[in-house]
Amino acid sequence: MLLIYCPYCEEERNELEFRNGGDAHIARPTNIADITDEEFEEYFFIRQNPKGLIYERWRHVHGCGKFFNAARDTVSDRFYLSYKAGEPKPDPATFLNNGNESALNKDKGASK
Amino acid sequence: MRKYSVFAVVREAMRGHKGWEAQWASPEPRKEYDAIIIGGGGHGLGAAYYLAKEHGITNVAVLEKGWIGGGNTGRNTTIIRSNYLYEESMHIYEHSLKLWENLSQDLNYNVMYSPRGVMMLSHNVHDQQSFKRHINANRLYGIDNEWLTPEQAKAYCPPLDISKTARYPINGAALQRRGGTARHDAVAWGYARAASDRGVHIIQNCEVTAIRRGPDGRVVGVETSKGFIGAKKIGVSAAGHTSVVMQTADVRVPLQSQPLQALVSEPLKPIFPCVVMSNSVHAYISQSDKGEFVIGAGTDQYNSYSQTGGMQIITHTLDAICELFPMFRRVKMMRQWGGIVDVTVDRSPIQGITPVPGLFINAGWGTGGFKATPGSAHLFAHLIAKGEPHKFAAGLTLDRFRTGRLIDEAAAAAVAH
Repeated sequence: MLLIYCPYCEEERNELEFRNGGDAHIARPTNIADITDEEFEEYFFIRQNPKGLIYERWRHVHGCGKFFNAARDTVSDRFYLSYKAGEPKPDPATFLNNGNESALNKDKGASK
Repeated sequence: MRKYSVFAVVREAMRGHKGWEAQWASPEPRKEYDAIIIGGGGHGLGAAYYLAKEHGITNVAVLEKGWIGGGNTGRNTTIIRSNYLYEESMHIYEHSLKLWENLSQDLNYNVMYSPRGVMMLSHNVHDQQSFKRHINANRLYGIDNEWLTPEQAKAYCPPLDISKTARYPINGAALQRRGGTARHDAVAWGYARAASDRGVHIIQNCEVTAIRRGPDGRVVGVETSKGFIGAKKIGVSAAGHTSVVMQTADVRVPLQSQPLQALVSEPLKPIFPCVVMSNSVHAYISQSDKGEFVIGAGTDQYNSYSQTGGMQIITHTLDAICELFPMFRRVKMMRQWGGIVDVTVDRSPIQGITPVPGLFINAGWGTGGFKATPGSAHLFAHLIAKGEPHKFAAGLTLDRFRTGRLIDEAAAAAVAH
């Protein structure tokens, strides 16, 4: 079971309190009625599914109820950091150091 | 290849079992093949076997980054059934079930297919309506599936508690008698042996790091941990790692990789005659021929390649099993493991051509790929050989996420993942 840090409650809580919300930083097109089928597919269905660094949404459903984002390694399941919704995507260079790198990232560089 | 038979067993018994040969060859890879299949699980090995057997294409390599039987083929709960709701699904799973029935003879390898029946428990009115709808759809298609009263269900599976005071009362069940189990690693070994016998190269410990394309966009081969290997046709059958492999050919796919867990108990004497599944409380259980209870848990909620999973997922399933079968409460669990399954949004597989000429995909089998092994492999071989899908797999295209022709089996799966 994962231990997840909620940036609003400012503490680590167990996974049972959270619901995963899929990939973070996916913007819904503002002209959704006008986009092509290809663009809709890209926005709605296609996901990176990275082996390595993933940015994902979590919701603290049995806590503060708020959405936030987190950066995690999908091989070790280790969280690098959590940050509030609306904050910009953190640069991997800022947290992939100080022995924080997973074996995978050392081998192949952070996932594209 | 020396044929396996009762005479072979007797012959080897007489001479100290010194004459058994390796089940498949482990050759060095050639510079080029007519077709390469990435992923040496049941689906990939089976596809190579059917390419050689039915399409006469024997200059084929199966590239496996680990060892044969070490991936999801050896990490599932071995359940076989074809009682799906939609026609696209029924086509492929019933095709598969028909191949299961004769697979041991076809491969000359005992895959221990055991049609002991798959029983899906109904606990409420909604279950009952949903299962009867499945039964009617299946019977219209010619697939066996029948409704049982609680008494009939108990007669078929005596450990069931059908009393009104049960924590999860049973108001009936759907039974597919031809459903059952098989020995999962024997399926991989059997296909590997039979494919190798027909000239297919099975190359283990050979990880594909990139798919290479020529100036015209066609595939030309793959970069691997054993160097470049050329091929005009490449089939990707890499389960949870499909996204990773496809990305190297600039193809992005609608897949999410998640851990799915299973566990087995200590071996007990035969007590459990069939496979029992309960969607409402998320439990499925069967007893292997060794005597172990084989139990499937659910997927974790997040993407991961860790081949492990959360303890709470297991306890959730075991809670349900202990309520359904209180006599199992003191059974000790012996092993637990996780596989990485590639899940699509409509919970139906993807098998078809890709935007890249010469590149074919077989993926998205998610939480239910084992039962499909022979059928999927057979149709995947057809796809690679002919360049277009077999009519049974015609609906499973990669572009259905663009056209909107989704196959919404999500609500029709045996248990909700």
